[in-house]
Amino acid sequence: MSQWLPIAELAGQVRAGKLKAADLVERSLKTIAAKKDYDAIIATTAERAMERAKAIDARAAKGENPGRLAGVPFIAKDNFLVFGAETTAASNILKGFTAPYQATAIEKLEAEGAICVAKANLDAFAHGASTENSDFFTTKNPHDKTRVPGGSSGGSAAAVVLDMAPFALGTDTGGSIRQPASFTGCVGYKPTYGLVSRSGVVAMASSTDVIGSLARTVEDAALVLDVMAGRDDLDGTTIDRDSKGYAQLQDSIKGKKIGIIREHMGESLDPKIIKIVEETVRRFEAAGVEITEISLPSLPMALAVYYILCPAEVSSNLARYDGQRYGYSYAAAKDLEDSYKGSRGRGFGKEAKRRIMIGTYVLSSGYYDAYYKKAQTVRTKLINEFNAAFKQVDFLVGPVAPTTAFKIGENADNPLRMYLSDIMTVAVNLVGNPAISLPAGEIDGLPVGLQLMAPQRADRQLLTLAKQTEELL
Amino acid sequence: MAKLTREDVLKLAHLARLELSESEIEEFRTELSEILQYVEQLQSVDVKGLKPTNQVTGLTNVTREDKVKDYGYAPAELLKNVPTVKDNQIKVKRMLG
Repeated sequence: MSQWLPIAELAGQVRAGKLKAADLVERSLKTIAAKKDYDAIIATTAERAMERAKAIDARAAKGENPGRLAGVPFIAKDNFLVFGAETTAASNILKGFTAPYQATAIEKLEAEGAICVAKANLDAFAHGASTENSDFFTTKNPHDKTRVPGGSSGGSAAAVVLDMAPFALGTDTGGSIRQPASFTGCVGYKPTYGLVSRSGVVAMASSTDVIGSLARTVEDAALVLDVMAGRDDLDGTTIDRDSKGYAQLQDSIKGKKIGIIREHMGESLDPKIIKIVEETVRRFEAAGVEITEISLPSLPMALAVYYILCPAEVSSNLARYDGQRYGYSYAAAKDLEDSYKGSRGRGFGKEAKRRIMIGTYVLSSGYYDAYYKKAQTVRTKLINEFNAAFKQVDFLVGPVAPTTAFKIGENADNPLRMYLSDIMTVAVNLVGNPAISLPAGEIDGLPVGLQLMAPQRADRQLLTLAKQTEELL
Repeated sequence: MAKLTREDVLKLAHLARLELSESEIEEFRTELSEILQYVEQLQSVDVKGLKPTNQVTGLTNVTREDKVKDYGYAPAELLKNVPTVKDNQIKVKRMLG
């Protein structure tokens, strides 16, 4: 049982003065300290969190309204710029960096009274599927300490499952919210591309990066999205929010059509995972949902597209870490070029370097057309197939990952095998659609997630379906 | 089929301004070759008549008013993350040898 009430109730009690924000922050910090050995957290923002909590309690006592998330503690993945602690993106090159401004997502949550209590571990710069690429330490899976929590938002997912806070923020570039949600057994929401501003979040692959949440329930994730969603002058890719918002999820799913993705139910998948997906589908049918099989023929190419485009964008986004303006700087360099090379060579971990190298290759003259441009064109094909599918059905359903949480070290020496962990999540990032991972069952004591996808901008509809799926499971 | 040589790896490392150790050069040579071979499966995909996609939600020419917004930060505060500062400016190593 969780020690946290649903977020809306928790905030209601703080507004009414029945619960104190300061007590909630203390409870959160105590849990973080008690479960330190899971290595989910890089640093707490205890001092600032407590100050903010007291201010919120004072406002509530005066009869003011401190907001829809009044006093609700949360944990941010350490690639969000947040006051009160360093922002490292779990990388040595950003160690010691303190944010001069805050991410828009954090500002919006704070404006409604939420309180950031800690920064969660991740694969450095969000490059990975296990947190093993963190330059600091590997987070342990709450269900089995010898296994990974998934990644890259593995610290955020583990923190929610360990009950450290009612919700955590993550980023999802190729599956980094959904896959750890599946591995740890929580809800992971990836919104439509551009729905949440990325201003103040360390950029990875800008054409697919999105911000979302890890939470215990769909309702909690929806409320958090409702607070964060919408246009922002500081991020030119942001889109308008749904006029009905994202917190009202009452519509009926009866008569809706859901397509099972044929390419994701193949022989390479663990039959026990297939069984869990099929069981859910039967429950959908019983609830009056129409089920059909949908084929997306280019889906098996999605991972190859992703591992061209993502490193290309990573190599460009990580060019800013030059050792001159912020971050680690190689002091013994003899000239500027030596300083660039020495700072980047010593400051970046292996996976960041690997992706910079691949990205540099696919963008270099002579290879650009064959790799980068070809990948962007196959991306168009994928988008066309998704659009055609969503003319036939309202939603798509399938697994989140091909396996349950793997052992720490199991894939560490084989980058390509690690990349395969994203095989069922990357496609929606490439096409920009929203998707969610829901806890759907267990295999040998390890959680298994179910993935639901929707057309672009159908976030409210997707959350509505997800909420009712949660009740069916 | 991409099979990188030691020289290829060194050239890429130079383009990316990355100093690599001897063991990294060898590791990346084999790993990058493997990864590039995996993504080369795209070469067989028929994309006749299709254009590349750079932006997925269809936004074009997003603009905002170009006006100064005062965030109230002191220069010293904004410079606190800079490795070497001199007279409120970022100091770098010499550029010419």
